[in-house]
Amino acid sequence: MHSNIFLIILGMGLVTYIPRMLPLTLFHRIELPPFWRGVLRNVPYATLGALIIPGIFLIQDDPVFGILGFVSAVIASWLGANVMIVVFVSVLVLTVYTMV
Amino acid sequence: MFRDGIKSGVAIAIGYAPVALTFGLLAKSTGLSLMDTTLMSMIVFAGAAQYISLNLLSLGTGPFEIILTTFILNIRHFLMSASLNEKAENDSLWKKALYAFGITDETFSVAAMKEGTISASYMFGLIFISYSSWVVHSAIGHIVGAHLPENVQVSLSVALYAMFISLLVPAVKTERKALWLAVCAGAINCVLLLWLHVPKGWAIVISTIISAICIQWVVEKGKETEYAQ
Repeated sequence: MHSNIFLIILGMGLVTYIPRMLPLTLFHRIELPPFWRGVLRNVPYATLGALIIPGIFLIQDDPVFGILGFVSAVIASWLGANVMIVVFVSVLVLTVYTMV
Repeated sequence: MFRDGIKSGVAIAIGYAPVALTFGLLAKSTGLSLMDTTLMSMIVFAGAAQYISLNLLSLGTGPFEIILTTFILNIRHFLMSASLNEKAENDSLWKKALYAFGITDETFSVAAMKEGTISASYMFGLIFISYSSWVVHSAIGHIVGAHLPENVQVSLSVALYAMFISLLVPAVKTERKALWLAVCAGAINCVLLLWLHVPKGWAIVISTIISAICIQWVVEKGKETEYAQ
């Protein structure tokens, strides 16, 4: 174990904070051209896609696990369930699946 | 507004609990003290990076490499921060610098999908509850060190993904573009991660940028041809 663990943690904190902080403070009043504003507005949807796929299908070696979690979350949210219900339903479905 | 933030953060706080408990547990087995474990969650506040750092620490990796890996993994927050900035109200700079600290995949997704603009007090509420859950559960994981029943723990690992899906689906229902953006980014991410073995942090950044630019380009082309007709 490193004796300088505290310094490592500080360094990790710094390199994590800087990318989080720079755009919000530096681009404070910059007017981007419409095309790039559109691109930035697209970012959340694209990010969500990349956060979900392929991650959810790789949680377990068993592909059915991820597919089942994915499908139950999609169905629950498609039916208009709020976020808590969606999380609850998919965890429940998978708990049942891992029991049987 | 602060209360609205708290309300939208409850799901994140619950989703973080098992992840942070497990982190605390792993940190203990890696040999980190309770204080170091809690400090890491307080100072870094980035799940994936913290997990990987434990792995690297146990392998005896040098400080520079650990910090560099953390940077590469978390560079994606730059993009999220830039995107959030488009929706952010003109709060004073120090407030924005303060809530920027709490931008994670989860807080970003919830804030970005919120209707209307984003105020500092909303972000403070959202981050306060998520951050508290993360830090407190990291410490509890280290202290208690007890496992949840195996199958519950396994199925809880889907919680944050389910939250992402529940944020995305309503947008997809109202706007076809959202679906294309997500599917396109997901497909590129698969190629980058599974085939080209790009590190996870970069893979998310690259697939998000390519998808966001390409779809925007297609949309603008579509408008031009509409006007031309």
